[in-house]
Amino acid sequence: MQRNALARLADVAQGTLPFLSRVAHAATRARDELRQRLLGDDFEERVHSLRHRYVTLGGDPFGFDPETARQAAKIVAVFHRLYFRTEVFGIEHVPPGRALLIANHSGQIPIDAAIIGSAMFFDGRPPRVTRAMVEKWTATLPFVSAFFSRVGQVVGLQENAVRLLEMGELVLAFPEGMKAISKPFAQRYQLEPFGHGFMRLALRTQTPIVPVAVVGAEEQYLSFGNIEWAARALGLPAFPLVPQVLLPGGAMPLPTKYRLHFGEPMRFYGDADDDDSVIADKVWLVQQTINDLLRRGLRDRRGVFL
Amino acid sequence: MTTNALVTDSDSGPVVVTGICGRLGRDLSRVLHRKRKVIGVDRRAFVDPPGDVEHHQLDIRSSRAREIFRHGVAAVVHLGVMHDPHESSVEHHDFNVVGLQKVLEYVDLYKIPKLVLLSSANVYGPRPDNPQLIREDAPLLGAGPFSDIRDLVELDMLVNAFFWRNPGTDTVILRPAHILGTVRNAPSNYLRLDVVPTLLGFDPMMQVVHQRDVLQAIELALMPGARGIFNIGGPEPLALSKAISVLGRRAMAVPHSLAKAAVKNLFRFRLTGFPAPELDFIRYVCMVDDSKARGELGYAPLHGLEATLRAVDEERWLS
Repeated sequence: MQRNALARLADVAQGTLPFLSRVAHAATRARDELRQRLLGDDFEERVHSLRHRYVTLGGDPFGFDPETARQAAKIVAVFHRLYFRTEVFGIEHVPPGRALLIANHSGQIPIDAAIIGSAMFFDGRPPRVTRAMVEKWTATLPFVSAFFSRVGQVVGLQENAVRLLEMGELVLAFPEGMKAISKPFAQRYQLEPFGHGFMRLALRTQTPIVPVAVVGAEEQYLSFGNIEWAARALGLPAFPLVPQVLLPGGAMPLPTKYRLHFGEPMRFYGDADDDDSVIADKVWLVQQTINDLLRRGLRDRRGVFL
Repeated sequence: MTTNALVTDSDSGPVVVTGICGRLGRDLSRVLHRKRKVIGVDRRAFVDPPGDVEHHQLDIRSSRAREIFRHGVAAVVHLGVMHDPHESSVEHHDFNVVGLQKVLEYVDLYKIPKLVLLSSANVYGPRPDNPQLIREDAPLLGAGPFSDIRDLVELDMLVNAFFWRNPGTDTVILRPAHILGTVRNAPSNYLRLDVVPTLLGFDPMMQVVHQRDVLQAIELALMPGARGIFNIGGPEPLALSKAISVLGRRAMAVPHSLAKAAVKNLFRFRLTGFPAPELDFIRYVCMVDDSKARGELGYAPLHGLEATLRAVDEERWLS
């Protein structure tokens, strides 16, 4: 009787096991395909080349950690490839050595910085770590401060930027500052006045400036305005009124299509400590270039979500 | 006229070390006494000194201390800075500031050609908006949230002013990062804990320097011609969590508000030696750019990162 039961069990197993293994196989294949689509064939090579760079530099004094960055890149890749389906134009303009990426800032939360960083890592040849200049305020936030420094973000001070550029790094700055990120929807793609710090930095360190236009971030959250007294009361840099977060799942940004337009590098010469009016002219040139890239990007895009 | 300073050479003449009975002072006397005469001044007794070290057990503020400086002193190394947070702040301030003023007075009066102050990178203070690596010309903002450092900032500034007023003396201020070793300072004590409390969500980069590398820097500062302010960093910076894991300690993350309240009360009941504002040292960065010391003094840390960290346990292995 018992033998019989075992035999029957064996029969069942014979029938189902190949099926199960086929399912497992298909699942593995699907996972590999997804992984390949998200991360590309050469993900590990890209990580390795970065690891190698910082080992030869003798570690990074700002706390960049390739292992944390590797995990973060996997998560950002989902947004970069699947969610926002980023299209990247002109990334070959980014010079191989030190460079300063100057971009428009938008989208209520700084996803634009993450996507630019992700593009430089996944689409750049060779892969680069983007060192974004972040608000000093973030250094006081638990988890955020630790995470930012592990993935290569740096508190936005001129001294830090000079040090990074002297190390040959790629520095990303948003000269519009915090006020641009919390713009209401009605003011989308209108540049706020640029600060002058980045131009003095570029002049001081003889660094080429690469203008970057980010198209698609403005529509991810529809903001009706910024409630300043609420921001002040809560000690936040901004308190945007975004009704969509009240809907289920509305905390996620809308899946707009991101388009990054990298312009040709701009080189400036002159005295870094010159008068504001002299610097302002040079800053204006960069601002106009980004504005042109934005207008062209907006004109040529098929749709907000397509 | 007997201006002794003229006949002595700052490189080989006798050197007065204040605060010689601290662990760093004792080690310094052991390094220096082979090359030159060492005279110690401290309120504490010198247990087991090297044979040829002349020790004066007296308060630097007392008038008897004057005699020590009177004859042929070639250099003064001022280590006599009190850092006991449990001592009353009045006594603290008086000992540190009046003590240093006496030293400055004697150096000026007897034309001593060399003065070295061991300050600390803490004078810059841990702040969220610090540059990652601070240069010597940065403002000394350490005293803002942390009044116990006010003394140290004041000493640093006094010596800085002395440097400009007395061009005849080669004055050196050393500002080392966290000194690790057998010394009983806050960072070494902190890393000696079996369970190391950290702040939840904060993991700043930090610099550590081996105490013997600090001695090396003091020796270099005593070389003739060396003058000015020098940051002293150690091997490459590392994250706090990395330091704890290298030492094989267990980290316990505590939210900042909770940690602040706990440390405040523990400190009041003398259950911990760490005052609450010191928590900022494990929250924000306070690292220095020591390229000036490397370039001008020829300083280079001899101890690697791992050796520097393990130095906090050295005594454990000895006993």
